[in-house]
Amino acid sequence: MTTLRETIPDSIEIPRPNPISRLLTAVLGVFDYVFEPLEKRFGFQRMAYIFLLPNMLIFGIFILLPMLLNFYYGFTAGDSILLGNRRFIGTDNIAKLLDCASIFDPSTCNQDRFWRGVGNTGLFVVTEVALIVVFGLITALALNRKIFGRGFFRSVFFYPVLLSPVVVALIWKWLLQQDGLLNAIIIGAGGTRVPFLLDGGWAQFWVIVIGAWAQMGFFTLILLAGLQSIPPDLYEAGQIDGTNPLTSFRFITLPLLMPTMFVVLVLSVIRAVQIFDHVYVLTNGGPGSATLYIVQYIYTTAFQNRNYGLAAAASLLLALVLMILTVFQLRLGRRVDAA
Amino acid sequence: MKSRGLFFLLIALIVLSANLAAAQDAVELRIAWYDDGNEGLVLQDLLDRYMADNPNVKVVIDTIPYPDLDKTLQPQVETGNAPDMARVTDVSRYKGYYLDMTPYMGDPEGWAATWPEAIINWMRSDASDTGLYGFMTQATVTGPFINRTLFEQAGVDIPAGDSTWEEWVAAAQQVAEAVSSPDNVVYAVAIDRSGHRVWGPALSMGAKFFERDADGKPIMDDKGNVIFTADSPGFRAAAQMIVDWHTNGLTPAEVWVSAGGQYASGRDLFTNGQLVLFMSGSWQVGALASTIGDLFDWEAIPNPSGEGGSTGMPGGAALMAFKDTDHPEEVTKLMEWLSSAEVHREFVERALFLTYHKTLTEQGVDYQTDLPSAKKSLDVFLAEIPKLSDDAWVLQTARNSFALNIGIRERLTQAITGELTLDEAIERIQQDVDEQRASS
Repeated sequence: MTTLRETIPDSIEIPRPNPISRLLTAVLGVFDYVFEPLEKRFGFQRMAYIFLLPNMLIFGIFILLPMLLNFYYGFTAGDSILLGNRRFIGTDNIAKLLDCASIFDPSTCNQDRFWRGVGNTGLFVVTEVALIVVFGLITALALNRKIFGRGFFRSVFFYPVLLSPVVVALIWKWLLQQDGLLNAIIIGAGGTRVPFLLDGGWAQFWVIVIGAWAQMGFFTLILLAGLQSIPPDLYEAGQIDGTNPLTSFRFITLPLLMPTMFVVLVLSVIRAVQIFDHVYVLTNGGPGSATLYIVQYIYTTAFQNRNYGLAAAASLLLALVLMILTVFQLRLGRRVDAA
Repeated sequence: MKSRGLFFLLIALIVLSANLAAAQDAVELRIAWYDDGNEGLVLQDLLDRYMADNPNVKVVIDTIPYPDLDKTLQPQVETGNAPDMARVTDVSRYKGYYLDMTPYMGDPEGWAATWPEAIINWMRSDASDTGLYGFMTQATVTGPFINRTLFEQAGVDIPAGDSTWEEWVAAAQQVAEAVSSPDNVVYAVAIDRSGHRVWGPALSMGAKFFERDADGKPIMDDKGNVIFTADSPGFRAAAQMIVDWHTNGLTPAEVWVSAGGQYASGRDLFTNGQLVLFMSGSWQVGALASTIGDLFDWEAIPNPSGEGGSTGMPGGAALMAFKDTDHPEEVTKLMEWLSSAEVHREFVERALFLTYHKTLTEQGVDYQTDLPSAKKSLDVFLAEIPKLSDDAWVLQTARNSFALNIGIRERLTQAITGELTLDEAIERIQQDVDEQRASS
């Protein structure tokens, strides 16, 4: 059985280590007492699994096990959280969720709030992702130019990303509530109160805008990195060939930025589908169910209505949709890379 | 090297002996608690005294925000990690997990005689259960408050005590119209966003939420769940009334419309002087006394009358012992001490709570407040307890009534916002209740 040390050929000259690396080697040498017997026991090739084991344990306990539990909960009924106290009911929960005459009219569905949540989430994903991509790209293009105070503006646009979603929601709530700052200004100017968070349409609008505002900085940064990776000589060559700013954007920037745009699209869609925290604080799904999104539906079904089985079934359906989306995006990504 | 070894051995011995001493001396009891007002401080004060008299016992209060109480407690209880005691409002939820203190009590019969039978039975699993599991730290009754100062400013007479909801709201509307200005909108009425709060007015308006058998007992399914029905003329009238308040701008949308999927109260608007009539309950008295003080005159009024009489909803919070405790004797001893007339009297007098304790209700309670508004309100609520209807007690104590409570809250909101018609909302409430019963 060969050890790791024995695999290094004698012909390779190892440089003399400095005191810090010698100290580190001594400290890390402690691990030899653990790993050498393991290596002898399992062999060099299998050591990879030993090194993966801690991570796999964490993954198994905190991700895989809850996923399996959730899977089982989805097929059971009862208001106890202990599996032993729950009744197995097969696919009844899923059937109940999918029992719908028309998904475009939630009032015809057995679980109308689930389908309202699905519809609201669909609208949220499409509009928020569009806002993030379009305004993120415009902002990245502006910040990529040599403008005065560029570093300052880059920080300003990134700043909301550093805030907790709860803080973001509380700040905006303070601005938008009936007696909030925005209405105080409107009344001060002679206007009348606007029900920013009390009217369904307004509430949906603000939830989308605030979501985009809070996350745009992150995606702008990714797009900015993508823009900076485009070689400047391509633009110089384009200028020689007579491109104007619009055509160089169309034929140089956009095609070369496409892989980055794709990353932005994937990440922003996944984040948007999972929307919960800032909406929970800002509107809590209201007014009515105007801003009830699918994750909040799952949360309230489980922890307020105590229907853990139905909530688990809804999260299984959500996972299925996310998996389909991911596969679709991966395939699209390969095509973009190939192109 | 030798001296270093001795040093570590010495440290180890000190730590070990300290732990052994601590283990022998202190019994630690933990109470999961939530606060509405100052009751946590009052309890801590009482417990400090108890611990001074019982140095072998250490009692720790774990305060949890009320909305998170059951979310925290249920996994603990079901996995065998419950606290020794907990203050709960959903008493039925943890039946089967409570500690029967009878074997450890000095005088179980005396304890049982101290509390109304309905309360003792609420904590028991079924009719054959004779256990004693806890006591009510407070009694609550739902009912409305009025801003008397606004009535006086508007020159509107306060309706008589037996007036209907329509008469009260009409008077409140007159007041609101008289005192409102563009800078300070005053609303006529608000009701807490809770099905429980709607039950009282609905019952008073003649609502029937369940049928009774020949013996007068509520009809139940084979799992012991009461079979609730949402659709009755009385409930329809109450629901329509609340929808109309919103349609006509009598009530602030902040309470029911914008709260999303959670409980909300009109208390802030009432304390700001922006509400004439506020339907809530006796537990608000302490908070109103501390936030309003004597800035304006406010008081509780009797529950308005209707076809079904005049009733609020009973309720309250119970301190329950859990059977997972390692110290049942110590838990029982503490519970007996806290529920004794002398200690419980101090607790309710300082926290401004109503009580179901028979000795105290017979002797009366001298609330420690100088505010006439608070004293008068507590007297009004105290007078509401004997008026509570039997149906109100069934709604309060049935293990599955929470589904009706949440269903009313959520579906009525959808009717208010126009997502559902009132007919559809009532159908959905029935569906929610039936589904919960089927899945339990």
